[in-house]
Amino acid sequence: MSLELRDIHKAFGPVKANDGVSLSIEAGTLHGLLGENGAGKSTLMKVLSGFIAADSGEVVLDGRRLALSSPRDGVEAGIGMLHQDPLVFLPFTVLDNFLLGAPGGLRIDRRAGERALRGTADRFGFSFDTDAPARSLTVGERQQLEIARLLWLGARVLILDEPTTGISASQRTTLFGVLRALAAEGMIVIFVSHKLEEVEELCERVTVMRRGTVIGEAEMPCPAERLVEMMFGRVLTESELGQPTLGEPVLQLDRATLAERALTIPEMTLSVQEGEVLGLAGLEGSGQRMLLRAAAGLLEPRSGRVVVRGRDLTGQGYRAFLDAGVHYLPAGRLEEGLVAGLTVAEHFLLAGDATAFFIDHDRARREAEAKIADYSIVGTADSTAESLSGGNQQRLLLAMTPPDVRLLLMEHPTRGLDIESADWVWTRLLERRDAGTAIVFASADLDELLRYSDRILVFFAGEILKVLDARTTTGEELGHLIGGRELR
Amino acid sequence: MSDRSAGARASSFILPVALAFAVAIALLQLAGAPPLEALRLLWEGSMGSTAKVSDTLTAWVPLTLAAAGLVVTFAAGLWNIGIEGQIVAGAIAATWVAREVPGPSPVLIPLMLLAGVIGGALWALLAGVLKTRGGVNEIFGGLGLDFVASGVAIYLIIGPWKRQGIASTSGTDLFRREAWLPTAGAAQIPVLAVTIAVAAVIVVYVLMRGTRLGLRLKAVGRNARSARLLGIPTERYTLGAFALCGALAGIAGVVQAAGVHHKLVPSVSGGYGFLAILVVLLAGFRAAWIAPISLFFAAVAVGGTQLSLRLGLDSSLGGVLQGVLVLLVILAGGWQARRALRARAAAPPPEEP
Repeated sequence: MSLELRDIHKAFGPVKANDGVSLSIEAGTLHGLLGENGAGKSTLMKVLSGFIAADSGEVVLDGRRLALSSPRDGVEAGIGMLHQDPLVFLPFTVLDNFLLGAPGGLRIDRRAGERALRGTADRFGFSFDTDAPARSLTVGERQQLEIARLLWLGARVLILDEPTTGISASQRTTLFGVLRALAAEGMIVIFVSHKLEEVEELCERVTVMRRGTVIGEAEMPCPAERLVEMMFGRVLTESELGQPTLGEPVLQLDRATLAERALTIPEMTLSVQEGEVLGLAGLEGSGQRMLLRAAAGLLEPRSGRVVVRGRDLTGQGYRAFLDAGVHYLPAGRLEEGLVAGLTVAEHFLLAGDATAFFIDHDRARREAEAKIADYSIVGTADSTAESLSGGNQQRLLLAMTPPDVRLLLMEHPTRGLDIESADWVWTRLLERRDAGTAIVFASADLDELLRYSDRILVFFAGEILKVLDARTTTGEELGHLIGGRELR
Repeated sequence: MSDRSAGARASSFILPVALAFAVAIALLQLAGAPPLEALRLLWEGSMGSTAKVSDTLTAWVPLTLAAAGLVVTFAAGLWNIGIEGQIVAGAIAATWVAREVPGPSPVLIPLMLLAGVIGGALWALLAGVLKTRGGVNEIFGGLGLDFVASGVAIYLIIGPWKRQGIASTSGTDLFRREAWLPTAGAAQIPVLAVTIAVAAVIVVYVLMRGTRLGLRLKAVGRNARSARLLGIPTERYTLGAFALCGALAGIAGVVQAAGVHHKLVPSVSGGYGFLAILVVLLAGFRAAWIAPISLFFAAVAVGGTQLSLRLGLDSSLGGVLQGVLVLLVILAGGWQARRALRARAAAPPPEEP
């Protein structure tokens, strides 16, 4: 079996997402597709899986030209795609999700489905309760469910789009094991990622894309510098980290008990100082977001105090925290932060502290253009927020952050960003830190936590498992703690 | 705006209008009426004489006022279905002033307008508070309050404010002449009402285009969570939008009671609130388009009566034409939005939510 993509073109308006991409993959290979965000990887894979139609070009599987006009066509041809956010129906049970999209008529053979699901699960070491609602699964488990489903539907080509985002270290190990086994059985496995180290660890061959075209292919192992050069056209250097000078406490939690839904963090005491970077590690939903929300004034503690720059702001509400110099940037940039439909210039107007009733549009435009240049945002004053790429949305959010912020709270500051943008974001954040701003950020990226934090708080199920000194902690140690156990 | 989007906008408007006319002509053909003659009658019936123009303007004013108010609530992300009730509330408040307050027109008319503003705004705030504090969706709350307002009007008409001698659902006694809105000329052109409506459109246009208040309202309407994080008191803005829309609807109620019927009648709103929702949808929520589109709607409504008189057609044909037009424009908008959404969903870069 072999898969071939021939001269795929796909444009979105003026943007050529795929500009004549040709690619061929042999059966039994674990093939990496590497490239920074916006390189056209996802578009290419969506074309391959029938999710979107190409403007021109052919997909040939086993010498047969495929006519792909919907994901269903893809599935029927044996091409299954695991999307970045697993397509799972949360209120349904695991089994119902598994049976969804099954071929056949109205009748559903639940028993056969359950047997198939258990078979796949046992084989790969997945463990889930088939009657549990999908909502109770972690992102990693949803992925496992989705893989099992695609295999049952007869996938011979499995595409994984950034599958390691938001899953735990042990789930990653399981996932990689599964992918290796499937490739060894003769399947085609395409692993899409912008993370070099994962591609290095897993793939046998790698194709690098940049700006909608294939830049080159390489057999693995291959020197990382060469791959980086293919991805970006130049070799990056690590940004200068510098040493912080700590000042007065900016945020203090005094035996604060935080509770939201089922999760409770009991009597938490914590102090963050000026110029300090505090990383929050842990599986998604272990309490990091609660801490950030409490520090932002969006979640009132059940008991205890929240003190910002020496002032007790417990129960005072978000506005008081804003006025005290606290700024919160949640993970969902377009959901909590930016307003889709409004332009970049309008965002600066909303974020600015001018209070005049009438807007001076000329001045607003000039100021927006200055900030766009200052923060290297790819876009214009008239671009709407949703038309910006993820990296540029993050740049816009940073540009909207007032200069006098004393405590910056962030969730996943670089999630979904390519290396260059992530690097840039941290350069800007460290500039603020050097000016005395305290930064508290939650992240699922171990490297990011270890590289930029001074201290790391490890959350596990609403409990602070450990406070680590980032400079003397290894990735392995941190990974184990996130999974809830100490490294022996 | 770039030329391209202006072109897209024009095509999203002109194409459905042309289609709607095609449908209208087909309908007329089916009804056995000569289409060109019908269109000519529609024009003559609405614009053919000073008196007809006056009639059309009389319908244009409440429609425009209500539509201007709805631009504000739509910007804040609210479906103010309660606008009919707010018009009725304004009319009731004005009627109360007309009945209770003595004095000449220069005193009485401003007081009635003020009462209408307060009545409409309070009725709208009720829907707003039900939403922000009671968790009642404004569509359901508004619809309920519409029925309550019209119930109150009927109660007043056949109860406390009934005509001398007999209680009748045909309305209260006529207002004193001092409480009639002034008109000009033999054709009774509603000068004051038209002036107020034009002013309302200008105010809403400037508010939405050139002020921080308008920008914040838009932010609240498009993404309340982001707006709250940006430090905007979203609840206050939601209530403010309701109050402003209610105030304009209330003025529409005053115009209906004191300028058209000269008394309180059960269906004093004339359905202009609901019709205004169509106007705003057709205008794409932009204030600048409200005046011409309202004029078109008013002309069709007024001219439509000629069709029944002269060609023996049902006068509801005008309504059918309006409905078809709105559906087609919304359909065109929906198609465009879907195309844009698809392009965006599939477009690079693929982003985390």
